[in-house]
Amino acid sequence: MPRVEPSELSRLDRYPFVVVSWVDDDGYPVSVATTFQTDATRSEVILRAPAGDAVAIPTDREVNVMGSHIRPTPGQGYDERRYLQLWGRAAQPREGRTVFTATRAWGWDEAEMPFFEYSERSVPQSRRYLELLSAAAGRPIRPRLSLGWLVLRTTRLPFLSATLIPVLLGILIALRHGAFDIWLALLTVVGASLAHLAINVTNDIFDTLSGADEANVNPTQFSGGSRVLIYDLLTLRQLLTVALALFGGAAAIGLLLVWLTGSLTLLLIGIAGIAVGIAYTAPPLKLVYRGLGEIAVAIGFGPIMLLGAYVVQTGRLALEPFVVSITVGILVALILYVNEIPDRTGDAAAGKRTLPVRLRPDTIIGGYLLAALLAFVVIVVGVASGLLPWPTLLALAAVPLALRIHTGIRQHYESPYTLMAVMGTNVNLNLIVGGLLIGGYAATLIATALLR
Amino acid sequence: MSWLPEPVEKLLEVALVGELAVVGPNGRPIVHPLIPLYDGERIYMHSSTLFSKKLEHIKRHAQVSVSLSDPIAMKGNTDRATIQGSARVIEDDPHSQWESLILGLWRRKEPVIDSFLKQRVALPLFFERAVIEITPERCLFWPGGDTSVAPVISTSRSEAA
Repeated sequence: MPRVEPSELSRLDRYPFVVVSWVDDDGYPVSVATTFQTDATRSEVILRAPAGDAVAIPTDREVNVMGSHIRPTPGQGYDERRYLQLWGRAAQPREGRTVFTATRAWGWDEAEMPFFEYSERSVPQSRRYLELLSAAAGRPIRPRLSLGWLVLRTTRLPFLSATLIPVLLGILIALRHGAFDIWLALLTVVGASLAHLAINVTNDIFDTLSGADEANVNPTQFSGGSRVLIYDLLTLRQLLTVALALFGGAAAIGLLLVWLTGSLTLLLIGIAGIAVGIAYTAPPLKLVYRGLGEIAVAIGFGPIMLLGAYVVQTGRLALEPFVVSITVGILVALILYVNEIPDRTGDAAAGKRTLPVRLRPDTIIGGYLLAALLAFVVIVVGVASGLLPWPTLLALAAVPLALRIHTGIRQHYESPYTLMAVMGTNVNLNLIVGGLLIGGYAATLIATALLR
Repeated sequence: MSWLPEPVEKLLEVALVGELAVVGPNGRPIVHPLIPLYDGERIYMHSSTLFSKKLEHIKRHAQVSVSLSDPIAMKGNTDRATIQGSARVIEDDPHSQWESLILGLWRRKEPVIDSFLKQRVALPLFFERAVIEITPERCLFWPGGDTSVAPVISTSRSEAA
């Protein structure tokens, strides 16, 4: 009979008492608390025998010995959950002591396996349970979310800021260059947003089908995909329908804009954008699986979005929006870059060879600093060369934030859940720099109008 | 109307954790630390579908016990008790049925649950839940928690008689 390893058994010493349980002759479990000592080398627990025939620990059946702990948190509930249960056999008591020999152990300590990871690892059990329940009930019983939450989760709506910033910047730069049409601007915002959401949903489909999202047991609000398929909140068919509807809407608006502007350049930018978005996760290119995801995202959310919005208004390409798009592209790519850090184990298991999978932590951490600083250097060079208006230097106010994120990545690289706050700040960095650039351009436009 | 001794009811009203013992498919006892809720007649525990093996065990073998043993989880009350009974799994609609059945009782013991519930989108499967309704049938009570003394035993039948 296998015995519990000494290292496992000695973990019971963390508990002040144990609860001993067995099944009585009537089929009811019986539980009684008692004190104990462990003899880890022999896989034995020496139990103080409880008094009374009703709770005499039996020797002819399997016995469970469990230590558990919580810490009450007044006004909230409790935390520090952990428990360890052992199964085995008890010997006849001698001198008030019963020797219990442990042959199997199972436990959970939320300090070692965070609750969110424990939950993710248990998703297959939930699916199995609901399938059995559906079969027993004769009707499908599936997890649900309200429509609003489901839309938010499925499309990963909050990431839309990554689209709004380059599009607004493209429109503002066009305005500075003397071209602005409100209806074209609104159509651009809606079309670009639909394209972004379509790509989010498509990526989810491919990441789920490839097993990358399922292999990731440390998803966060910023990484690990929407998981609507894994949680069975939507079927594959439903998600495909959503993706096609979003792509259809984006394509229709894109073609309408090409027709309204008569710009072949815009058509080419649109085609390139959709191609990069799909090739990001879809075979045969699967760019993100080859460590090229950041470049694809930088191109998609930098030049394509920003220049696209600019071309809609002006009908031509220009150097100034291209320079600004480099900064924006880098910062959006850095969102992906940092979000891939906690995903790296699951990604590696699914053959998704992202940069954090391929490179050492020090290289990744140093790479972040280099790329973030480059984003700011581009602005300085742009202003120094006279391409960008000097108020765009406002964006440099975010440099300390970038340095703080770099420190945070170094400190929390190994911990998906504490890294989550850093990931949030990194998303904010893109928003803040984007906002400051927009503010810089707005200030330039106002100043120009006032001086006229 | 409950037949449980008053000190045991007091334990049930404050306990943040009790050990639910169920019988596994091979007759093995399996124990789950869970928050016990009490409406003055029955004990309610509940489980996410994520951690639903216990529900499968109960549906196969309805006899269970709930042990109240940890003074830290019972506001310093050192009494101990084990309540045996029959359990029923209520799971017609795991999405929302539990809310109408036990959310009020749960909230009283773990107020933070409301803020988690508002973030249902973050962990949707955690809030797909079944309720375990336990009808007490026999109670073993250790005043002061001293199990070196035989427990005081009472049953629903003896109270009825």
